[in-house]
Amino acid sequence: MVAVTISTAPIQAAAEAPAPVELQKKNRLGAWIVFGLVAIYFLLPLAATFWWSLRALKDQYTLEAYRRLFADSNFLPAFTQSLVNAAVAILLSLLIIMPTAYWVTLRMPRLRPVIEFITLLPFVIPGVVLVFGLIRLYSRPPLVLTHTYDSSRILLVCAYAALSFPYMYRAVDNGLRAMDVRSLTEAAQSLGASWPTILRRVIFPNLRVALLSGALLTFAIVIGELTIALFLAQKTFGPYMAELTRSKVYEPSAMAIVAFAITWAAMGMIALITRPRKEK
Amino acid sequence: MSGGFLSLEGVRKEFNGAVAVDTFNLDVAPGEFVSFLGPSGCGKTTTLRMVAGFEQPSSGKISLAGEDVTYTKPNERNIGMVFQSYALFPNMTVGDNIGFGLKVRKEESAARKERVAELLELIHLPDKGSSYPYELSGGQQQRVALARALAIRPQLLLLDEPLSALDAKIRDELRNEIRRIQRQLNITTIYVTHDQEEALALSDRIVVMSKGKMEQVGEPFEIYNNPATGFVASFVGQLNRLPATVVDGAGGRLEVGGTAVRTTSTVETAPGAQVSLMLRPEELTLDESEENVIHGTVESVTFLGSIVRVQIAVNGGRLTADLFNERLLKLPVAGDPISVSFPAHACWVMV
Repeated sequence: MVAVTISTAPIQAAAEAPAPVELQKKNRLGAWIVFGLVAIYFLLPLAATFWWSLRALKDQYTLEAYRRLFADSNFLPAFTQSLVNAAVAILLSLLIIMPTAYWVTLRMPRLRPVIEFITLLPFVIPGVVLVFGLIRLYSRPPLVLTHTYDSSRILLVCAYAALSFPYMYRAVDNGLRAMDVRSLTEAAQSLGASWPTILRRVIFPNLRVALLSGALLTFAIVIGELTIALFLAQKTFGPYMAELTRSKVYEPSAMAIVAFAITWAAMGMIALITRPRKEK
Repeated sequence: MSGGFLSLEGVRKEFNGAVAVDTFNLDVAPGEFVSFLGPSGCGKTTTLRMVAGFEQPSSGKISLAGEDVTYTKPNERNIGMVFQSYALFPNMTVGDNIGFGLKVRKEESAARKERVAELLELIHLPDKGSSYPYELSGGQQQRVALARALAIRPQLLLLDEPLSALDAKIRDELRNEIRRIQRQLNITTIYVTHDQEEALALSDRIVVMSKGKMEQVGEPFEIYNNPATGFVASFVGQLNRLPATVVDGAGGRLEVGGTAVRTTSTVETAPGAQVSLMLRPEELTLDESEENVIHGTVESVTFLGSIVRVQIAVNGGRLTADLFNERLLKLPVAGDPISVSFPAHACWVMV
């Protein structure tokens, strides 16, 4: 107790004067320890998975698991399908969110919290609930979509677009806040531009970076999504991975590493693209 | 009535029941430079935005070149507009910014390039065509915004406080530039500002506004020297206001703090009525050489460079007198007794 009372004085003094080198070093050491622990927590399973993925053949390290994975005739179709789904979902989400966010910013700023809440719903509603809702709604007239594979796929893509709303809306909203939407719009209007022209030539180009980050986040989620794809009986990457885990030993680890690499590549691209532009 | 190139007839704008602009009537001649002057919230910007088409009047009519444009969309009016915030498109080069309106009009590439070069020449930035807006200074950006507005050969140019975001020095420079370009192109212009000096320096005519109403419309000299209302008198320029009692209204004779004062304006009130005597600081002389003389004490002296501002306490109030600086000028000292005089035509009366 006494020790505590005494020790507060030097700390307060240190806050005003530059901290002594000794103390700074100690702080840095503490930070490194925490960083190290967190790194181990994240990296250890990854390293273990990677190590396991290399043990497909007895007593040697080999990329055999990766070879088998890529050789599997189901791998590429599943991956391609997810890729296309992601791309279409991103496009759809963009076409819905960008004009909405723009209009709300420009004309109905009071509606912003409402829209924000609506776009957050995918976080609140579990995937299982969402997919059962979709199946119930679209398995009977007036609009039946669950009966064929392709029509179910439409449903899946729409669901993915909805899943991307939280990311897409926030990204676009941030982008819009960073510019003077009203003046830019009015300047373009007075120069003779129509609404579509303003969106395409003025608003969209200035949102490019924001939209890319939203799109890449969406991509990272959609590519491995399992629940909705499974219940809609879609042969996408998520169900493929799940199936693989059940039937194979080493390939799932290889798959996990590949999926991880894809996600990180997406993240890296965000970081690269959104890096502040070099100013003169 | 509607003889003007641009005319506003009984234009009124309400926002949720609150009147922002009330019965605005104005005819602007072709090539004329008209300023809307007033404090913030007086309705000047709202009026401009109605002319631009960004707001629609609650009632009244706006016509441009003989055509009723009251409800025409802003992108169909062919009006150039310059904003306080520049509003340049950050994703485009200076050249593309200037050429934007022409591109929207589907003008062919060669003609567009030629026009852009012409305008870059006009704003004295011939080699900035491939720069981006963020590479330019504020003053340069606003020039580009002006060029962009002019590129479409608008029927009308609107400027909404274009100099407010700039430094004092750049502001003066660009102010002259705007006037030069406006004269050169002879383009009808509406200029919104809260800065009386800008309005006086630039305009052919000024509309002084307050609380949504037009207070006075006139040439700068007229507005300054014959203000129609107390608001105009006090908003445009510095003004002294002393309480006075009418002695002989028809003869313009008053009493101010026990001193007799004669004005050339007649007063239509009965003797004994309380009125205000108005005086511009630059019309006061610090001696007894003019007809009306008031005695007082120097309160403070402020040296402003070309002008020396002297505050004088007099019986019944305070006077501000502006003197021109001279190298041999002896500055008054606070506490000194002093005489102030002014001719009968220099002052006027407000009831």
